Amino acid sequence: MDILELFIESLGTLTLNKTRTGLAILGIVIGIGSVIALVSLGQATQQSVQSRIESLGSNLLTIQPGSTNQGGVRGAQGGRTTLTLDDAKAIETSTLITTIGKVSPEFSRRTQITTGGSNTNTQVIGSTPAYAEVHKVTIASGSFITQRDVEVMSKVAVLGPQVVTDLFGEGANPIGQSIRAGGQTLKIVGVTQAKGGSGFQNQDDMVFVPLTTAQKQLFGVNYLGSIALEAKSADVMADAQNEVGYFLLTKHKLSDPTQADFSILSQQDILNTVTSTTGTFTSLLAGIAAISLLVGGIGIMNIMLVTVTERTREIGLRKALGAKKKIIITQFLLESIILTFTGGVIGIILGIITSYFISNLTSSPFVISPASILLAFVVSAGIGILFGWYPAQKAAGLQPIEALRYE
Amino acid sequence: MNTKSIIQTKHLFKIYNTGVIETVALSDVSFQINKGEFVAIMGPSGSGKSTLMHILGALDLPTSGEYLLDGEMVSKLKDEELADIRNRKIGFIFQAYNLLPRTTAMKNVMLPMRYAGVAKEEREEKARKYLTLVGLGDRLEHTSNQLSGGQQQRVAIARALVMNPAILLADEPTGNIASVQAEEIMSLFKKLNNDGHTVVMITHEPDIAAHAQRIIHVKDGKIVKE
Repeated sequence: MDILELFIESLGTLTLNKTRTGLAILGIVIGIGSVIALVSLGQATQQSVQSRIESLGSNLLTIQPGSTNQGGVRGAQGGRTTLTLDDAKAIETSTLITTIGKVSPEFSRRTQITTGGSNTNTQVIGSTPAYAEVHKVTIASGSFITQRDVEVMSKVAVLGPQVVTDLFGEGANPIGQSIRAGGQTLKIVGVTQAKGGSGFQNQDDMVFVPLTTAQKQLFGVNYLGSIALEAKSADVMADAQNEVGYFLLTKHKLSDPTQADFSILSQQDILNTVTSTTGTFTSLLAGIAAISLLVGGIGIMNIMLVTVTERTREIGLRKALGAKKKIIITQFLLESIILTFTGGVIGIILGIITSYFISNLTSSPFVISPASILLAFVVSAGIGILFGWYPAQKAAGLQPIEALRYE
Repeated sequence: MNTKSIIQTKHLFKIYNTGVIETVALSDVSFQINKGEFVAIMGPSGSGKSTLMHILGALDLPTSGEYLLDGEMVSKLKDEELADIRNRKIGFIFQAYNLLPRTTAMKNVMLPMRYAGVAKEEREEKARKYLTLVGLGDRLEHTSNQLSGGQQQRVAIARALVMNPAILLADEPTGNIASVQAEEIMSLFKKLNNDGHTVVMITHEPDIAAHAQRIIHVKDGKIVKE
């Protein structure tokens, strides 16, 4: 009895019991599909977060005000008002600092923006012209904040494309129109180029105003939120971090580095943190996927066990008619393989389609990991075959009459 | 040993050990059946007649003793060799027919030939021939559940005949069948016996057993009367 004939017979048996076959396949489809989709989602998230952080500007150092430390009570990081425009100017003009190029003093706060009938809540960033260079912001139309805007506290604003869409509608040209923020009317002078991305640090969902305008007129403060520095090259990042650190300690008349009222983060630090965070996220998703694979596997196992057990009498009959043990095991193995293979292929296709839709919906990259496909397939096929083979070989090992009598 | 004998058993014992209780199903059974005989084995339920039949059909092995079938010492064979014996030498007819469900009469009858490696054309030809012989020439493509009990049993008989076995073993072949159809089955057995087939049949109905040439009575695992 050749294998092709057995294969055709197995197909026939499987089509005889469509519900059971369908359920077995469904278990495998869900197991494999969810592993592929979830791992893909995790990896896509990781990649998109990384590329977004990299798009914020390379060679970037950020000075943040340190946490308050009064009477031994340590307050929140960034809660102190120790960074001033004076610090930024001093860093820029100091001859002691040789590794720093552009210096971008910044003050940002989320606030409500209104115009005509619409409004939005977005990040308003008080910035100088250096911001555009340090953070790689390019202008799509109009112009960015100029040095003169900063000097004379112009009431102007540059909008991110997302803000334009929110306030004026998709594709509108808002230049020349006005928005209101913090009690002031600001004239729109430019729109930035879309960078893509979403979430809290969406580069497109921002409004830029002159630093002085933001400090004095919008928010009434005289300190900075942060100072972004561009190191002259990636190689001098560590030197730059040290130079600026000592310079600011001296300027703030602090002798002990542990008492620093500021902290300097490099882009690499942030990237490392975020990468490890998203790595955790991917592991979490993979964990969930593993559980669904396990559940799917148990489903396959269950159906294979039931299938073989309820066919113990059939196995007995086949043996009574002269089937050798090997033929019976081959027959059940073939059925298992057909089930898991069909389910596996459908699962892979569905998993890829799902990943594709997720990547479209979240505008994250479309990543499919061959390792996840292989893993999911091997695990569920392994389970299907093992749990088809085990009871089949048990039943095939019985005396025919015992199998025939099986209830 | 008689050269005409096709079945010969010597001191067959079958003891079931369920852990606590030992049940003796067959105790020192020795007999012989000759080529071309039509034998009925009779006995009350629990007498061991079914156990004996299963051992004769190589569906079960005796605990001890010898069983010689058509010159082969069945009681000494390995699993794979037993499968071969069941396939080629024995045509077994079950009380419950035991056809593959939702499978056509043709496919059911072809199954033993597939295990024997018979070519497809020959299989179809033989299956058609034997189904016609048992009177189901017009029911070839009917599936098991589309056939009556008597028809299903006739498919099972065709399946038992198709490998041209040395003996036909029937375990209460008419037990599940209405009496009119039972008579038809019995006349089919007689016809097969007249054609030269050796037939061994279990029954507890005296009027069915009356069709046989020879009746062996079994009680409490022993042959009590021939």
